[in-house]
Amino acid sequence: MSKKPVQFTLNGDSKAVFVEDGQNLLDVLRRGVGDLSPKYGCGQGTCGACTVLIDGEPHLSCLTLAETVEGRSLNSTGGLAQGADLHPLQDAFMRHFAAQCGFCSSGMLMAAKALLDRNPNPSRDEVVEAISGNICRCTGYEPIIEAILDAAQSGAGRRSA
Amino acid sequence: MSIHKGRGFASINYPIGMNLGGDPSQALVHSNPDGKFAVALSSIDLGQGMKQVTRQIAAETLGVPVEDVYVDTADSDTGPHCMGSFASRGTHRVGNAVIQAAKEARSVMLEAAAEELEVNAADLETDGKGNIFVRGAPSRSISTGEACGAAQFKHGKTVSGRGIFLIPMSDVDPETGEMTPVSCYAHAALVVDIEVDDETGEVDVKQMNSAYEVGRALNPRMVEQQLVGGAWMGMSHALWETTEPYYPDRTHGPTDFNQYLMPGPGDIAPHDIAILERPAPDGPYGGKGPGEMCANPVLPAVANAVFNAVGVRIDELPITPEKVLRGIKANGGAQPQGQW
Amino acid sequence: MSVEFRKELFANERDDNLNEIGKGTQRQDALGHVTGRSPYFDDHLFEGLLQIRCVRSPHHHARIRSVDYSQAENMPGVVRIIRPEDVPNNFNTLLSLLNFGRDDEPLLSSKKVSYIGEPVLAIVAGTDRQARDAVAAVRVEWEVLPHVLDVEEALKPDAPVVNEVYPNNTFDYHDKYDHQKLRYGDVETAFSQADRIVEGRYQMSPIEQAPVETNGAIAAPETNDRFVCYTSTQALFFSLGTAAKLLNVSSNRLHFIGGTVGGGFGGKVDSLVEPMAILACMLTGKPCRFVWDRQEEMQVGAPRGGERWYLKDGVMNDGRIIARQFTGYFDSGAYTRLSSYAIIKGTAHLPGPYHIPNVKADVFCVYTNRTPATAMRGFGVTGVDFAIESQMDKIAHEVGMNPVEFRILNAYRDGDMKAHRREAKNCALIECVQVAAEKANWPIRDEFKQASSMVGGGGERAKIPHTVTDEDGKIGERRAGRAGAGQTRTIAPSTPAPAPAAYTPPPPSAPPAPAPQPAAGQPAYAHPAAAPAYQPAAPHAPPPVTPAVAPAPPPAPAAPAPASETSTPSARPVNRPGYSRFASNSGFRRR
Repeated sequence: MSKKPVQFTLNGDSKAVFVEDGQNLLDVLRRGVGDLSPKYGCGQGTCGACTVLIDGEPHLSCLTLAETVEGRSLNSTGGLAQGADLHPLQDAFMRHFAAQCGFCSSGMLMAAKALLDRNPNPSRDEVVEAISGNICRCTGYEPIIEAILDAAQSGAGRRSA
Repeated sequence: MSIHKGRGFASINYPIGMNLGGDPSQALVHSNPDGKFAVALSSIDLGQGMKQVTRQIAAETLGVPVEDVYVDTADSDTGPHCMGSFASRGTHRVGNAVIQAAKEARSVMLEAAAEELEVNAADLETDGKGNIFVRGAPSRSISTGEACGAAQFKHGKTVSGRGIFLIPMSDVDPETGEMTPVSCYAHAALVVDIEVDDETGEVDVKQMNSAYEVGRALNPRMVEQQLVGGAWMGMSHALWETTEPYYPDRTHGPTDFNQYLMPGPGDIAPHDIAILERPAPDGPYGGKGPGEMCANPVLPAVANAVFNAVGVRIDELPITPEKVLRGIKANGGAQPQGQW
Repeated sequence: MSVEFRKELFANERDDNLNEIGKGTQRQDALGHVTGRSPYFDDHLFEGLLQIRCVRSPHHHARIRSVDYSQAENMPGVVRIIRPEDVPNNFNTLLSLLNFGRDDEPLLSSKKVSYIGEPVLAIVAGTDRQARDAVAAVRVEWEVLPHVLDVEEALKPDAPVVNEVYPNNTFDYHDKYDHQKLRYGDVETAFSQADRIVEGRYQMSPIEQAPVETNGAIAAPETNDRFVCYTSTQALFFSLGTAAKLLNVSSNRLHFIGGTVGGGFGGKVDSLVEPMAILACMLTGKPCRFVWDRQEEMQVGAPRGGERWYLKDGVMNDGRIIARQFTGYFDSGAYTRLSSYAIIKGTAHLPGPYHIPNVKADVFCVYTNRTPATAMRGFGVTGVDFAIESQMDKIAHEVGMNPVEFRILNAYRDGDMKAHRREAKNCALIECVQVAAEKANWPIRDEFKQASSMVGGGGERAKIPHTVTDEDGKIGERRAGRAGAGQTRTIAPSTPAPAPAAYTPPPPSAPPAPAPQPAAGQPAYAHPAAAPAYQPAAPHAPPPVTPAVAPAPPPAPAAPAPASETSTPSARPVNRPGYSRFASNSGFRRR
């Protein structure tokens, strides 16, 4: 199987990897780059645990061909904090006890960030819509919704990506 | 062509821990020279908060602030045996093991402090902020760090402890079923309010009101996490999910989350919860385990609410729009039962 | 969403003045979760990691005639084929670690398959895709067999045998019965004296635990002739012990690391992925990863088993339930796993948190040709609680009683005797019912608001009634067509139980207000007349509640001479096929 070079930025850092024919982005991020924050939940694009941002838009990395991110700018939860400072979404998730097993949290935070970056003052319905592609089996969603609304209140959307 | 309101009720209890006993858990607690403690377990945190609840139990028992304790789990080389996290056993069994281990460690720490302060250990108290002081004479004190340092470098004592908790095994009588299943039970009661569309058969959960008795809410925020999340799962069991929609026929079994249905964030209902605490005599600080029983009352409460709303008794889960419509049709129309 | 604490209830039983207990302190793992740093099993990088996929049965039930992997093993990236004969000790049952039940399940099957998805071969390859391609190239010749999917059909004499270790399609209890019995009092006499009989049939179909993280394990050689296994298991030592037994390796050569799991809900106890990953690692010398994809997690991984319950209640017009009878069928699927134990747990739970003086139950663990069942949140209890609480609502409706008041009337209280012959303690059902009703503005009358778990229990309610027992349903009888369900040969009681008299509720402070009329015109129920309390004849003395010390039970079928009564437990041979693990120090529990 031939390997193809792919270059992109991840959380502001420049990355270069060789990807297999047909290899998906989730696999490349986790095993190629070593960013373990996006998670494998289904491999079918129905759980959202693998969500990353590509040029600010949420994408399911398990269904994204790795070679298609050539030259793009990616974000993952692993790079959400700025240095030692948590992103307001992360802080809000903690204060609202919005994570139990934590496995959906990476994907949830990406979906939430994408929402607040384009809509800093969402309604509850808009938050619900934004996270409807992310399955959580533990929390019942309510604390996650409240955390995102709270983060919006504290100006999370106006923070530079 | 109408929306019918209905409400349903259910009440339950739930056995805490693996039935029939013989399911032990162990814990090891030890301090570094600064009086910072590690709790070594091989117990599993599935998200229910095992690490944090055992951390708080250890801190309480040791008499130190929670920031001075970390829980390390799970490694079979360093953590002593634990049966596992299931059957709502974790808080109860592991928590009790942690208490026993922490008590032993605490007694060594107090003995060391007693020697440094030249008093009897029985005259000492901890303030939960990192100090050990003489009862009645609080100015005569020493920090937990100093006591632990003295123990290890001066007195040659390990500030550590071991714990195990085991519910004794029980036999089962083959003729009568007599047995000793567990030692304590949690309780719950729940009212669910729904709306049923008699044209589509869809059931919309509008509100849940509940009371859960958990022995002791060791960490109230984490108990809330379990109750909210568990009630959501109960709702999901009642109205959405199954791997065999035509059980016992296996056809149309879902293979992904498009087909395995669960309520999403747009389907959830407000839930107002009351927490009651009747401590289990043998629970860690009276704690029972809320992790499983939180879902159980929702299933029958929803079925009862559907009957109340449209007069259709659905005895096979999950309750689907198809089943509701077939029931309404068989009855010749929706038959609301009225409310008390 | 709101949460309130009703601290005033049971306040005198608690010290609320604690330091760290009772505080909503931030979770130790919260920071890891929101930064993506929490280390789940799969968050470990290995050079040269191999992937494992299985060849699985497409049939409910089939004999395996041949398995041809000759093409597969030569495909690109394929490192190793794992066959049933490569598993050192290819026969187990999960609860063998506790000496409960017989080994009945291979890790990889070689003779027949009993459910769709059962694995017959494993392939280890460089990438997941290479492993899948190789799996697709394996040719299996199947001889399809008749199958059975319904629990009651499976008990019929002509049903196909699902699990050859249990040829009656039921788990054997106590080496005597094909079900677990619960017998307390005399339901038949009580039914004849009841004002009305209410019956119901309830069913719950299988449920997938569906944690967002699927089952998986990575095994790798350690530096010291041991194997490290990173695992999603819910039970570290359970999985370690199961792996040690299946692979015939000393337990201290296995180093299991886990503890941070992306949801479990009971679906990560079966310990199927760890032995496979470790075996692949042993055979290849490389780190090996075995992770279920979502389709496997959903249809191959064990779900909560389906359940079917028949309830029959004898009810008085004043709302008291005086007799309750259950027949319960747990659908274990093709293998036992944990279901044998669910039956016991479910039996102990009956008849629910209510004081019912006559209870009878027959609870079955049935084998069918479907995915084996396992634990799930509420294991052994969730399904029967659905049945019980739906039935309670039915009864309340029939007698025209407020369903909430109906629960309080029948609720158990401190000191009551329960059907498994232990005293009820630390009860709080009534208080939960009262508080939930209050929150929901569900009106109940004053005397029900004043009821308490701590008042009105015990006394006559603590006495174990004269009990009718039977020896129906011995192992094999049902399949032979003898003593089918419903035909009981009862041992006549020496003195018949007297008619149950009406329950005396605690005296109300004021005469009860007339019952409110619901909109649909339901009849109001009458307040129960005061009468002497129930007097059972010849009560048994309550059993002493002592920790059980296991006596020497009969040995396993495969064993030679029975264990001597006088030999010490640790000196007795472990009479169980395969590798001996975790022999309980207090001897055998039950076979």
